[in-house]
Amino acid sequence: MSEKKDHNLNSPSKFNDEMKTMMSKRQVTELEKKQMSPLQAMIADYGVPRMIITGFLLLLFVMAPFVGVNLPMQITNIINRFSWNAVLVLAMVPMIHSGCGLNFGLPLGVICGLLGGTLSIQFGFERFGAMGSFLMALLIATPFAVVFGLGYGWLLNKIKGGEMMIATYVGLSIISFMCMMWLLLPYNSPTMVYGLSANGLRPTISLDGFYNQSLASFLRLDFAEIAASRGISLGWLEYIKIPTGSLLVFALLAVLMWAFLHTKTGTAMTAVGSNPNFARAAGINVDRIRTLSVVMSTWLGAMGILVYQQGFGFIQLYTSPNNLTMPTVSAILIGGALVNKATIGNVIIGTILFQGMVTMTPTVMNAMVHMDMSEVIRNIVSNGMILYALTRKQEGTK
Amino acid sequence: MNQNNNIPLSKRAVELARNNAVPIMFIIICAIFIPMAGFTPSYLINEIITRMGRNLFLVLCLLFPIMAGMGMNFAMTLGAMGAELAIILVADWQIWGIPGVVLAMILSIPFSAILGLVCGTILNMAKGREMITGYILNFFMGNGIYQMIVLYIMGSIIPIAHASIMLPRGYGIRNTVSLLNMRQCLDDLLAIRIQGVKIPVFTFILVGLFCLFIVWFRRTKLGQDMRAVGQDMEVARAAGIKVDRTRLISIMMSTVFAGIGMVIYLQNMGNLPTYTGHAQIGMFCIAALLIGGASVDKASIGNAFLGVILFHLMFIVAPNAGGFITGDSMVGEYFRVFLSYGIITVALIMYEAKKRMNKSKAGQELAQAQKEEGAR
Amino acid sequence: MTNNAAPLLQMQNIKKDFFGNQVLADINFTLGAGQVLGLCGENGAGKSTLMKILFGMDVIRETGGYGGDVLINGEKVRFSTPFDALKAGIGMVHQEFSLIPGFTATENILLNREPQKKSIISEVFGDRLNTLDYKEMDRRSGAAIDKMGVKIDANMTISSMPVGHKQFTEIARELSKDQLKLLILDEPTAVLTEKEAEALLESIRGMAAQGISVIFITHRLQEILAVCDKVVVMRDGHVVRDVPTGETSVEDITRWMVGRDVRQTAASTQARPQSGASDGRTIMSIKNLWVDMPGETVRNVTLDIKEGEILGIGGLAGQGKLGIPNGVMGLYEAGGTVEFDGGEIPLNNPRKCLDSSLAFVSEDRREVGLLLDESLEWNVAFPAMQIQDKFLKKLLGGLIKWRDEKGIHRVTQKYIDELQIKCTSSKQKAKELSGGNQQKVCLAKAFALEPKFLFVSEPTRGIDVGAKALVLESLRQFNRDSGVTVVMISSELEELRQTCDRVAIVSGGRVAGILPASASSEEFGLLMVSQVI
Repeated sequence: MSEKKDHNLNSPSKFNDEMKTMMSKRQVTELEKKQMSPLQAMIADYGVPRMIITGFLLLLFVMAPFVGVNLPMQITNIINRFSWNAVLVLAMVPMIHSGCGLNFGLPLGVICGLLGGTLSIQFGFERFGAMGSFLMALLIATPFAVVFGLGYGWLLNKIKGGEMMIATYVGLSIISFMCMMWLLLPYNSPTMVYGLSANGLRPTISLDGFYNQSLASFLRLDFAEIAASRGISLGWLEYIKIPTGSLLVFALLAVLMWAFLHTKTGTAMTAVGSNPNFARAAGINVDRIRTLSVVMSTWLGAMGILVYQQGFGFIQLYTSPNNLTMPTVSAILIGGALVNKATIGNVIIGTILFQGMVTMTPTVMNAMVHMDMSEVIRNIVSNGMILYALTRKQEGTK
Repeated sequence: MNQNNNIPLSKRAVELARNNAVPIMFIIICAIFIPMAGFTPSYLINEIITRMGRNLFLVLCLLFPIMAGMGMNFAMTLGAMGAELAIILVADWQIWGIPGVVLAMILSIPFSAILGLVCGTILNMAKGREMITGYILNFFMGNGIYQMIVLYIMGSIIPIAHASIMLPRGYGIRNTVSLLNMRQCLDDLLAIRIQGVKIPVFTFILVGLFCLFIVWFRRTKLGQDMRAVGQDMEVARAAGIKVDRTRLISIMMSTVFAGIGMVIYLQNMGNLPTYTGHAQIGMFCIAALLIGGASVDKASIGNAFLGVILFHLMFIVAPNAGGFITGDSMVGEYFRVFLSYGIITVALIMYEAKKRMNKSKAGQELAQAQKEEGAR
Repeated sequence: MTNNAAPLLQMQNIKKDFFGNQVLADINFTLGAGQVLGLCGENGAGKSTLMKILFGMDVIRETGGYGGDVLINGEKVRFSTPFDALKAGIGMVHQEFSLIPGFTATENILLNREPQKKSIISEVFGDRLNTLDYKEMDRRSGAAIDKMGVKIDANMTISSMPVGHKQFTEIARELSKDQLKLLILDEPTAVLTEKEAEALLESIRGMAAQGISVIFITHRLQEILAVCDKVVVMRDGHVVRDVPTGETSVEDITRWMVGRDVRQTAASTQARPQSGASDGRTIMSIKNLWVDMPGETVRNVTLDIKEGEILGIGGLAGQGKLGIPNGVMGLYEAGGTVEFDGGEIPLNNPRKCLDSSLAFVSEDRREVGLLLDESLEWNVAFPAMQIQDKFLKKLLGGLIKWRDEKGIHRVTQKYIDELQIKCTSSKQKAKELSGGNQQKVCLAKAFALEPKFLFVSEPTRGIDVGAKALVLESLRQFNRDSGVTVVMISSELEELRQTCDRVAIVSGGRVAGILPASASSEEFGLLMVSQVI
């Protein structure tokens, strides 16, 4: 007795198959028919929300000098914030590529980074200098990221299709679990624990004397210092400071990611994200590739938070990893990524646009109307961007 | 392929335990924690009853979208926001007591309805990922639009008369709005005390009416359509049911009732944490429902009752129990948050994994059939 | 049927084309009230399309409507949605189930047509808040089930029903519609056991006795003979025969279904040079294969394939011919043994098959065959790159395998030229190509693997005539020039006979027989329907 499957299983009648093909043919001809002008095509390609955000940012830039905002200083701010956040945004790329969707489970990677950072302080690795302390933090974070990533990847393979919701809650669960752990783990470095009880870590730990600015200070371009040492005036340039080291690290990671996507395995990852059935038929072990992408994303999340901390100067524990997820996810979407397609270019553009908005809105707004609506605007933009990505008809066929 | 009929009793007991693993687990957790926490029974019962009155209505709101196959309505907080807007206005107009509560309920309906309309429309655009979209929507509205209205527009564009609820700078609402004058006025109506345990009879009557409404609603044409849409959108559409509209209605109903539930919740609390009041509502309600044994695609009134009791029992005893175990009550605080998130995570995983199971079964049957054929 | 009253249904000169592809032409037949009409034909003969026209399905309108007239009781009708058709008294039981799994049979039978009771609330808030009248529901569903004459439990939920009962629930749903005059049953017996099928036939007779006309589509020809008043045979979009059942036999119908111009077939068969493969060694031997592919289940297939031949696998849709390659290549769960070139190939592991120089062109181009969102280059080169490390540059002593874009471009360009793929460039996205060109890309993908053995599944499905010829020719050429063994699975018998050395016919999930391509259509036809389930 043959089982006639319910219609939503994959037994399309031949007729439907033919229809699909015919339809695709028709779509193509339609496309050809209404050839858009290059400009229109460009706008359609760029996407309306991104257009609005870019326009908004440009407007802020134009207005800034008129309302008395120090533009060079703002630019320094944007560059700085870019250097803190770019690696975190980069952490979205592997999972998007392998079709795991937007990584709302970013906190998992962040937790690994926090473990690395706090343990590096606990073990007193600052004796190897700021850079040494940072590298040790990274070194310690790595095995955590690999192990957590493997487990997380295994989990996501069990629930293909429902990744995003579960990733969100995996993130929230691990954060609240670590909240207990921060209190219970036997940390005792006096810089980190609560003063009196010496029991449990403080919510905010200063990195002064540890790996604060360890990357940023490498080859830092500080025009004010240059001017002072040469005894000359550089005008507005003096406001500009460039954390060269942090940017170099991001550039290195970005190039490595780009290179990875050009290797055999990287190609397989993109194919898995593009059409997992195709990849499987081509002999790819889809689950393994997805797991690899999750491990990569988790490790980059750990790396990202360490880079963030060395720029920001503090380790923030307890519920604060929560606050990183939405901005990071929306940054890559603002950069033009889709739920299943992302490039390094998306990362760079998205981070600049998002951080530009974060930096410029409060200052310009404050100077203009003495009303700081920046946080609200940021929330609307970042969550609105994610909503837009979730609701748009997917570009791909998958 | 139903073979349920001839499964031995012991196996069925195992099956029953497995299907209700979550409530059983929580009963065990509570049983362990209660002695550790060292509360008196009357205190516990009092607390539980108060919290049932406060939360049940909200939890029940989640049933409509589940019926329509849209999963846990993470965007039910939108209704809470609608209620908060209404209550701010009512507080500003200085209408207190029962009339204030009733007015707030009525006023919340249009707010919630509009928010629900927006939410339903967006969720219809994101079929198949309603939950994550609802989750994000809740942030979009809560931290974005709602905050914009309350923090900037109220007092500057929408006139707010009373400085007591306004921020000193002249616009925006204070972080907490005191509702002392309507505190527990519903609960106190008809309230009876039995050995020091206060039973808010009127609130329970409201909850009871709501339950009756739900039972009745399931038997209406709309309820039937919702269940049909929830199980198979394509079949429902082929049968001529307006799928999108039905889904929209279910979300709107959930949002509007959540608004009313939120008013009940707030009158019990006696103050309104303006910017954080709604934030955790969705999460706690969903966790409670899941702990009661519901799943993402199936939930009953019984699940809601059991869930609220177990969840809040855990919630009350966890800090003290945590303190008892680790010597640090903060650990208990975090532990209960962890449990709430954890339970949702596990429930979601089980739901998604179940969708993908039963696959290799058919293969085994085929192999078996072939073997039998070979033997013959 | 030349009574004074007009017949219930008249089809006059029905025509339908899909973007220039003529699929139906000059369909004419009539059906009187209380008559049972058997409609048969090979897959792709146009039965489904015809029924979709009659039932007013959306696809028809979306693809440009149809020509000719449908007359109901002598009046011209043109349904724009299935709901119009329902109103006019036409009911249809589709091949796929359309039931709500968690509802009882009663709830499904009356889905969206539930009897309701008004209440005060519904007076205020609208009809959707009417309560359901459960008693009346039970009564009506009971009546419908009685009308059908097959006993099913009205209170059982669909998900716990055996398949046959689901089918009966669907039929009861149609019967519960008071206005029903004409019921279309699209292969209703395919999922039924023998006994259930008997019961269904009985109930069809019952319906006819009550004045309901039935159009009965099936591949089980005996059933048509058993229950129908007349039989309409379709082939290639034409009605080739319209005869009373009494004047025909299974053999006749089979011949009409598959029979083409016999001379032409003979000629083309001869045109294929005998490659002498018949005495070649066995390269693949499949033993006791089962495959769990939904809708294409394979049962206990044993098949030997000789080196260098082109073997065709044919059969009606749903009989399991597609399951064979999909199972061997590990895409669907399978069991049994497959030996290839002296070694055993593990099942359920696509990689192992590809490693042993097997290649597969899937029938499902869009879901399995292509990376629609990627360039042609990726599509063509990807499997070869992943399986055989082709188109990779080894850097740092092989530690890094870097994509060789130039090599990829070269090979893609080569196949674009060879297979005449129409595209703007090798960088164009696969989804922008037409069906035929997409199919060529799928072939190029397989050719780039340079396999020893190639499965090609439905290579001509949904592509136009020109592309068809080219695809088939390139397969023949590939077989001839590279000595590659090809197994081609197709629903179109003629195509198989023109292309292959031998053709195996699958029926009921089993190999019903293997014939040389020169065998007559009737022989093939009889095999096709021999074990139909």
